[in-house]
Amino acid sequence: MRFLFKTDYDQDIRLVKHGGQAFWYGLLMVVLLIAPWGVGDYWMTQLSFILIYSIAGLGLMVLAGFTGLASLGHAAFLGVGAYTQAYLLSHGWPFVLALPAAAALAAMVGVVVGLPALRVKGIYLAIATLAFGFIVEEVMARWESVTGGNSGRSVPGVSIFGWEVGSGVGFYYVCLVVCTLATLGVLNLLRSGTGRAFIAIRDSEISAQSMGIPLARTKTLAFAISAALTGAAGALYAHKLAFISPDQFSALQSIELLLIVVVGGVGSVHGAFLGAIFLIALPQLIAVSKDFLPPVIGQASGLQALIYGAVLVGIVLFEPMGLYGRWLKMRTYLQLFPFYRRGMFKRQKAFAKSERVR
Amino acid sequence: MLGARTVGRQTPEADVTAFLQLLISGVSLGCIYALIALGFVLIYKATETVNFAQGELMMLGAFAGLALMEIAQLPFIVAAVLALAAMVALGVLLERVVIRPILGQPQFTVVMLTIGIGFVARGLMTMVPNYGSDTHALPVPYKGQIWNLGALVISVEQVVVIVVTVVLCALLYAMFSFSRVGIAMQAASQNQLAAYYMGIPVQRLNGLVWGLSAGVATIAGLLLAPFTFVHVNMGFIGLKAFPAAVVGGFGSLPGAIVGGLIIGVIEAMAGFYLPEGFKDIAAYVVVLVMLVIKPNGLFGGSTRKKV
Repeated sequence: MRFLFKTDYDQDIRLVKHGGQAFWYGLLMVVLLIAPWGVGDYWMTQLSFILIYSIAGLGLMVLAGFTGLASLGHAAFLGVGAYTQAYLLSHGWPFVLALPAAAALAAMVGVVVGLPALRVKGIYLAIATLAFGFIVEEVMARWESVTGGNSGRSVPGVSIFGWEVGSGVGFYYVCLVVCTLATLGVLNLLRSGTGRAFIAIRDSEISAQSMGIPLARTKTLAFAISAALTGAAGALYAHKLAFISPDQFSALQSIELLLIVVVGGVGSVHGAFLGAIFLIALPQLIAVSKDFLPPVIGQASGLQALIYGAVLVGIVLFEPMGLYGRWLKMRTYLQLFPFYRRGMFKRQKAFAKSERVR
Repeated sequence: MLGARTVGRQTPEADVTAFLQLLISGVSLGCIYALIALGFVLIYKATETVNFAQGELMMLGAFAGLALMEIAQLPFIVAAVLALAAMVALGVLLERVVIRPILGQPQFTVVMLTIGIGFVARGLMTMVPNYGSDTHALPVPYKGQIWNLGALVISVEQVVVIVVTVVLCALLYAMFSFSRVGIAMQAASQNQLAAYYMGIPVQRLNGLVWGLSAGVATIAGLLLAPFTFVHVNMGFIGLKAFPAAVVGGFGSLPGAIVGGLIIGVIEAMAGFYLPEGFKDIAAYVVVLVMLVIKPNGLFGGSTRKKV
């Protein structure tokens, strides 16, 4: 059992808290860096997708997990980032400028979404974001001069300072760099005053206001940062797919993003990664297990939806803290070895706290 | 559901006729939205959970009616009543097994849970062999009939939708105002703790509310079936009923009806008078406008949250 004896405020806010963390995360980075020499092309593609969905998951995690603002239309930001990237690149912008521009445009769209969000709470916000997602999808389908409408448009390849990246190993490294920057950005955000303001808003808006946090500005900032991260993910997503069309950014995609956040564990940075791994791994698992199931079940087209739904229901019912929560419980069990008690992470059972007060 | 388009003459009478035709079409579509929104609001008022699976419940109800009519060869009314009973039972079961354990969790997780239930329902239905993945027509007895009222051409299906909705609303109003169960439901939805003190079996009533909501969804599904046919994705219309509930105000039953009618009429009008593509997003634009102007909806009261 590791005891951390802190003598300094800096130790509290350090990114890497102790030697164990340094070792394991260092090992992870090394493994990710040398992965292309060990795995084949197919798994390289899957890893790139995991990294892209992790960035998008981080974006949604900042909004839903850390600020407590549910968003059912996040695929809209993904789409905005993707189309912006496609448009800018086909007009000759270099990749290193187009990616931040896509993120910035998505952030502006996020601010536009966030403005009505300031006045509404809870379920109304979810429905507003859902409505917004539908509107953006329709706009992407109708604005043919920019987006090519329903027939979609192709995305030019990535080239950085003359290096033609291609879509295999080179692109994987680009995704890795962007993902690392995004993760460090989010971790720094969380240990900064703004990040703590976000968490305060999640826990109790009125208390946050009484502590002097400007609610409107902070919520808008949360939307902007979240949308920027998701927009960057969308730009990389566009490159990966090489051909984008509006129906890839529908409500179903929004629900997949939510799946990442919920399955991974709401409110933790690890959760975004675990959720992304889950999202990419699940279709593989289904494809592999199809051979073992009777044809009635295995060949049905509804199997994926059924499994997604069942996993979602299962996670919410049995493991509300998500995959990261399960890992925390296992780690605590191992750390405290004979002394782990069953109820250590149990939520205090609350009665339905009413959102409305008469 | 198409509005009439005048071809050729542009006389004022033709415009008025077209307008009335659109209005009826919009009102009948709005009644469907109203029924689904009613289901949402019932559940929200009682348990403060939002049921994103309401559209899927409607789809299951329509399939239940279809199965009873085609496989068991029952007449329409009998099949409808049996489907209603089965779906009410499913609603109660759903509440008992899935919703009750998560009481007290933040709203976000409950929303995800109901979305998951919707996925499961859709997936299971698709997996029913030979049946689930096709589009079926529900053989209702009034299918395809039309009435001619002067220059207006009204399809009997639309009239049936409107009449059934009105009757259902009247029945629900009577139940909530005059019957013990209805008053107890109102009490439980206003203040759970006080209801417990008064000896009201709150948990049993919650189950009953879910059953009621599933029943309303079934009726909506059976009414909608002649227009959109019975298929696995018909539940996506439920997503348009959310704007209806929000426009009316999420805690208000008459609000759900009014909201549904407003969304239905606006959508029908947008389909005819506005350029292409606005029809699909008209409902969502309305809800965004509503949230900016009057965030609690038309009939929702203003709320304040305790710290």
